[in-house]
Order: sequence, then structure tokens, then C-alpha cells
Amino acid sequence: MCLAVPMKLTAIDATGKGVSELEGTTYSVDLSLTPDAKAGDYLIVHAGFAIEKLDQEEADERLKLFEGMAQMYAEQDTAK
Amino acid sequence: MKYIDGYRQGDAGKFLGKRIVENAALLADKHEPIYIMEVCGSHTMAISRFGIRDLLPPNVKLLSGPGCPVCVTDAGYIDAALSLARKDVIIATFGDMVRVPGSKKSLADVRSEGADVRICYSPAQAITLAQENPEREVVFMAIGFETTMAPVTTLIPSAEACGLTNLSLLTAFKLVPPALNALIADAEVKVDAFICPAHVSAIIGAEAYRPYVEERGVPCVVCGFEPLDILYGIDNIVSQFLNGECALVNQYSRVVTDAGNATAQKLFETFLTPVDAGWRGIGVIPMSGMGIREQYEKYDAAKRFGVSTDGGSPDPGCMCGDVLKGKIIPSDCPMFGDACTPQNPVGPCMVSSEGSCAAYFKYER
Ligand code: SF4
Repeated sequence: MCLAVPMKLTAIDATGKGVSELEGTTYSVDLSLTPDAKAGDYLIVHAGFAIEKLDQEEADERLKLFEGMAQMYAEQDTAK
Repeated sequence: MKYIDGYRQGDAGKFLGKRIVENAALLADKHEPIYIMEVCGSHTMAISRFGIRDLLPPNVKLLSGPGCPVCVTDAGYIDAALSLARKDVIIATFGDMVRVPGSKKSLADVRSEGADVRICYSPAQAITLAQENPEREVVFMAIGFETTMAPVTTLIPSAEACGLTNLSLLTAFKLVPPALNALIADAEVKVDAFICPAHVSAIIGAEAYRPYVEERGVPCVVCGFEPLDILYGIDNIVSQFLNGECALVNQYSRVVTDAGNATAQKLFETFLTPVDAGWRGIGVIPMSGMGIREQYEKYDAAKRFGVSTDGGSPDPGCMCGDVLKGKIIPSDCPMFGDACTPQNPVGPCMVSSEGSCAAYFKYER
């Protein structure tokens, strides 16, 4: 029920509604809980509402960490 | 989408699984098995779906908690919705609620008898429904933890702004922190650490868990819902026990801040007020819910129609309460998989897409 997916905010229309995109599909997103969202931001969308922004710097840093782990695992695996 | 797939890479998962096993082996000499509760139903679902339990050593146990808002909704709340549905009210609800059994029947049952039950993906659809049906009453089934409570609460200012007089909310909102208090206080529940919910935390902020860590000595780690997020969280908890630490760690810093979403918190403060709330199978937990403030009571469906949402009488054989407290796992329930299946659910834990019984039925049988 609390599952929410990251989507990219592509535009904000004249009524203040967000237009977002995930894997080629466009969704309308209510931005009333994230009033400072701008086009280009990634948003966490739950029940049609953006509940928070995704901090891309933090997200990328964590991805790098996981990539490093994957690499270490693959190297250990081939070393065996 | 890298912000989904990137957190699901198999090799990183194996790396973490291996590290958890190694650290847990060192821990085994000096510590009893550790019981980690994932409070949130979305974590329960992800753990089952991605087979995370299979990667863990025997002395690291995962317990599911009460964090599925559908599962903890009292039968009496469903009964109240049924009585409104029979009075020709339009019931607007998230899809998960439709098959949840009340004392005798579900919304699906009364719908097949002719009641008007509409499924909404977003609560905002209730505004449109009320506008399109000005001569009828529309009641939105306002359930959820803090995550869902935020979008749903926007219905009140939206209805004000649109001048709607035919929309109200049947509330059964629940708060996560008071439930954690109740679990820690319950001597029969064995919890050594919490995996704190991802999106509830986005709303309330990671600092909300500080008291459990500092006053109760229970490590709390906020994790995202992707498998690597969860494994990294478990890895952190195991190493905390190994190093004799007890810390609050926010592993989901890409979304969760220390203070949470101030706009949502302001919305709660303006329109809602804490109330005692009944949790199905668990009982009443003081101040663990939110109701509508008196000055907005025209939006409170229970007051507007004079219905009670208390208790009800769910099937006495259903052990959802023990499942929700982590006392038993779903397959321990005698009805699991036989008398109770997703096609024929006896309790809400089998109905909800994030209920523990449904997760075990689908992935861990
Ligand atoms: S298996 Fe069915 S009856 Fe048993 S606890 Fe789960 S939902 Fe209740």
C-alpha cells in the first residue's frame, strides 16, 4: 500500500498538475505535497501524488556503492 | 530505469548476502539469533518476492510487522462502510479494500447486491466523483499510514476549494510510531531491531525513530523497498550487533530526510487530530490513529451519518493479529492455504497485496 515509484517530472501544466514519465508512459501527478518540485526532478509517486523528491546525488552515490559490490563479487567469483 | 533496476543487481545482492552470512557466523558465538522486524507490508512483499529470506543464515530472522494498513483495518470499519453502501451512498475506495471481510460481508459482496462501490487509484478521483454526482453522497474510505494519509487528507482542502458538500471521509488512519511502542512493550513479541518503513519515513522523517534507539535500545534502520536496500539494511543491523552498537541509520537517504515532508506534516496538523485507534487482531492502541478535527467535522463520514467503526466481529479462527505482531508466520495458521486463500480470503492479511499471508501464499509455499 505504501509502495511508490520514482518517476521523472517532465513538465508542470497551467493548472499546477505535474506530468511525469516512467518507462515511456505518461502520468499525471498531483504536486500539492511537493510544492517546490521542478521539471527534471525525480519524484516518488504514491496514489497519484508526489510524496517526496528523490535526491539524485544520494541515489547515484548509493548506485555506485552497489556497483562496486557487484564488481567485487564478480572478481571473487572468477578468482575461485 | 536506473533508479529501480540499479537497486536490484544480482551480484551486489550476493555480495551482501555473503557478508551477512560471514558476520552472522561471528555473531553466533556471542549472541542469540537476532529477530529483525520489517514493519511495513511493502517490505514484507519485497522480501518474499526477491527471496531475501533464502540468503539469510539461521541466526538472522525476519519477522513481518503490522505495517499493512488494509490488514489492520477493523471488521467494524468495513461494517460501517457496508451500512453506508446500503444507504445508497457512493463508496469510493482503494481497490485493496474491496474484498476485505467485515463481520460477515465485504464491499465486493454488497456491490454484487447492487451497492455503488467505486475503485479509485488516487483519492483525487473522489473529488471528480462528488462533482459528477451532486445529488448523491460520496464517502471515501480514508485508510492508510502516514504515506497514504497525506494524499487522502488533501481531499479536505480540495473539497473546501471546490465548495463540495457531498463528500466525506470514513477515517481509519494509522500511525506507525505508536504501533512500534506497542510492539516493544509487548513481552510476547521478540524484536531486536526494526527495518523502518521507506515511505512512511519520507513523511515523518528518520528522526522519528530516535526514541526507540536511544530510550529502548532497539536499532532502527530506514530502508528503501528495493532488494539491495533491504539487504544493505540487514547487513547494517547484523554488523551493529556484532560491534555492540545501537544506532539509527537512514539507508534510504535518497528519499528520506531527517525531518520528513513539512508540507504533509502541516496538512495533518491543520485538518487532523490524534485519536485512539483499533488495530484488527491487535486491539486499541492509544493515540495511534488520526481523526478529522472538529472544525472540519462535516467531512467526517462517521459523524455525518452516525456510524461506528469500532471492533466488529471478524472470523475468530483468523490469526491475523498474531501474524501482524510477528508471533507466528502465516503458514502456522491452520487455515493458511486451505480454508484461506487469496481467492477465498478469511482475513485481511490474505486479501491485501501486501499482507503477510498473501506474500507467503504467493512466493513462499
Ligand atoms: S491465513 Fe487467513 S485466516 Fe490465517 S491469519 Fe492469514 S488471513 Fe487470517
